[in-house]
Amino acid sequence: MSEQHDIVVIGAGPAGMASATMASRHGASVLVLDEQPRPGGQIYRAVERRREDGAAILGAEYLDGAGLVDRFRASTARYVPGATVWQVDASGEIGVTIGDRAQLLRADQIILASGAQERPFPVPGWTLPGVMNAGAAQILLKTSGIAMPAPVCVGTGPLLYLVAHQYLRAGVKVAGLLDTTPRGNYTRALPHLPGTMRHAASLWKGWRWQREIRASGIPVMSGVEDIRIVGAGAAEAVEYCKSGRWSRVPAETVLLHQGVVPNVNLAMAAGCRHDWHPEQACWHARVDDWGTSSHPNIAVAGDGAGIAGAVAAEAGGQIAALGALHRLGRITTEQRDSLAVRMRRALDHQAGLRRFLDTLYRPADRFRIPPGDDTIVCRCEEVSAAQIREAVALGCRGPNQLKSFTRAGMGPCQGRFCGLTVTEVIAAERGCAITDVGAARLRAPVKPLELGQLAALDEAE
Amino acid sequence: MVRATQQADAVVVGAGLHGLSAALYLARAGMRVVVVEKDHAGRHASGANAGGVRRLGRAFPELPLAEAALKCWHRISELVDDDCGFAPAAQIKVAESEDELAALHARRERLVSCGFKHEEIIGVTALRALLPDVAPHCLGATIVHGDGHADPFRTVRAFARKACALGADLVEGSKVTGVSRANGIWTVQSTGPVFAAPLLINAAGAWGGDLAAMMGDHAPVRASALMLMITERLQPFLSPVVGAQGRALSFKQFGNGTVLIGGAYQGRANPETGTTALDMRQLARNAAAAAAIFPCMAGVRVLRGWAGIEGITPDRLPVIGPATLGGGYHLFGFSAHGFALAPITGRIIADLILNGVSDLPISEFNVLRFRTFGSTVLR
Repeated sequence: MSEQHDIVVIGAGPAGMASATMASRHGASVLVLDEQPRPGGQIYRAVERRREDGAAILGAEYLDGAGLVDRFRASTARYVPGATVWQVDASGEIGVTIGDRAQLLRADQIILASGAQERPFPVPGWTLPGVMNAGAAQILLKTSGIAMPAPVCVGTGPLLYLVAHQYLRAGVKVAGLLDTTPRGNYTRALPHLPGTMRHAASLWKGWRWQREIRASGIPVMSGVEDIRIVGAGAAEAVEYCKSGRWSRVPAETVLLHQGVVPNVNLAMAAGCRHDWHPEQACWHARVDDWGTSSHPNIAVAGDGAGIAGAVAAEAGGQIAALGALHRLGRITTEQRDSLAVRMRRALDHQAGLRRFLDTLYRPADRFRIPPGDDTIVCRCEEVSAAQIREAVALGCRGPNQLKSFTRAGMGPCQGRFCGLTVTEVIAAERGCAITDVGAARLRAPVKPLELGQLAALDEAE
Repeated sequence: MVRATQQADAVVVGAGLHGLSAALYLARAGMRVVVVEKDHAGRHASGANAGGVRRLGRAFPELPLAEAALKCWHRISELVDDDCGFAPAAQIKVAESEDELAALHARRERLVSCGFKHEEIIGVTALRALLPDVAPHCLGATIVHGDGHADPFRTVRAFARKACALGADLVEGSKVTGVSRANGIWTVQSTGPVFAAPLLINAAGAWGGDLAAMMGDHAPVRASALMLMITERLQPFLSPVVGAQGRALSFKQFGNGTVLIGGAYQGRANPETGTTALDMRQLARNAAAAAAIFPCMAGVRVLRGWAGIEGITPDRLPVIGPATLGGGYHLFGFSAHGFALAPITGRIIADLILNGVSDLPISEFNVLRFRTFGSTVLR
């Protein structure tokens, strides 16, 4: 593989595919690196293979991705699947492992389209075997057609209902759905309802899922205020509190979900500036109108720059590509601006719906900042909320110092999954702003890399 | 805004290990001490080093200090009320060729002639007994018993806690912007308070050269980002700390199973912002050195690389001793091997201040040795 590229796009979900397709249309050499074996990202995962049966189980929107994949496949962008990117730095260097071989590439412009990851859901018992993220369950369904047996779905947000609905269509029994959407969110979201008028079809679809789920006889419990998963060695039941009363549902499989957050790991490791987004309660890369980060050669597009969904990701990816093409001198300012008009309209169109969804499905504080001391926060090193609070009492002010107090964030995931919880727990305990606490510094390799693969970089010199 | 000036007996600039050690010994002697730190205690080299406590391979002028410090390390709880994660361990330097083995022998003979007997040479059989996983081409090694390693950040915390318990005041997040001396009093301006004291201790690490210049001395310290990496947990397979004669390598396994790999490979340091960036090509050289000595490591996953900002002097020896102007002292520029010396360096400064003399030989570390170097600070 040649070492130097005009544009390297990381991720082949909607944002990555759209930006690569757009960029290659204007003569730039474009390389797309993606971890998965096929394009589509998480949302359109394996869409090429599932054209036949996909719509029936996964819904018609899933197949919208097929057209996007077709256009991407037809473009001149060079697509490398099975490529794990473990380093991006401000100088334009990209560390990637393709197959078993690690290598360093260079790009004039980098577009990070690394998508979203599920928000941690730290409740008592969430680390027990039998508990998994709803998103992970959905991936199994998309890629392998595997459904978990009789799950209880717990949480909030469209994906939770989507997965339950997909299970229903696949003919798999769902033992129950416990909705943790805080009651107050409905009234808070109400003022944003007018902004969703142009999205009647989407709202209708969501409402129809809920109706079909209830009609199928799946017990749905809304207004759930507290959750704990219990079992000796594995999940046996979910205990939940509603209107101050605790009840219990037996469950060997528990699917947890409370929304997705931007996957900021590569952008943070590259040193791009991030801001706290109070409505979405997560970090956003600080980007300009063209998705450009605080490093002028690195753009962030799609859900990785802020959760906005697949349609917005596609538009955002194209806008980031136009920005990169312009910086490369491939298009004029006028071309860039006029080409972007249509995509900006699409983004504006999505924004109204997003404000409504952000408000409605904002997870309750107690499900982001575990009030119970025994709840595990860092799964890799088994650090509890109590241990983090003790460290704060001893003078720990942020997640970087916390590592030396507790080892939280020092295990195999390096805080990529628990980082948000750690930051919010510290801020709550210190009684200060999230930005005064900050995020844990991420460092390469952002994905684990074998020592021998790293060493081979030296021999390749 | 006019800020109130904080009065003290001594102002220490830099809450790295050496600054904290000086603060600890001075506070213990009953002085009012303020430690001024621009970031947080141990943010740079003190918190991001390999935690090596070794005499093996150390420069001759530092050996008396290393021996004195080692005695402290074995009883570190008595000094700071915490064991600092100190684990006694042998230190081994492997030879991969006959030439390298000869170089190890030559160093040992020089050491013995100077009265140091801590380094011993072992042959291939003993080496393999100690390190069953060492690469088959390794021929022998130098070994030092009684050295060890500690947990850097835990050590920083223990020193900071103890210094504060003894009455020292730690002011974090205040960057020193200027110093001046009049009528026997040093005035230290910072982005936070103004401090005034008859004694000023420069323990500013990689920034020590800048502070030395403000104090009227010249010390060409270069900021360098020395990289380290840590692996996933492995079954215990190694208790000594291992290096190599022919390669830059520091390799050890912690009690929790993770393996720390370093060797003073440089990333990119930005002393203005206090940030570092990894250089993956250099880190790859480090990985290759580790895999050459321990081929079993090839399939082990690296979880993280990082770098701390170190102050490196041209002769790689620290600056320890009085400044040219009265009441000023320097304690910086440990050039990537200062961690082990921390329990003793504060005592040296306290002895100089209280008794006018140290019982350890420190003349080679005097700042005046740089007068022959150019006047520009190397970066």
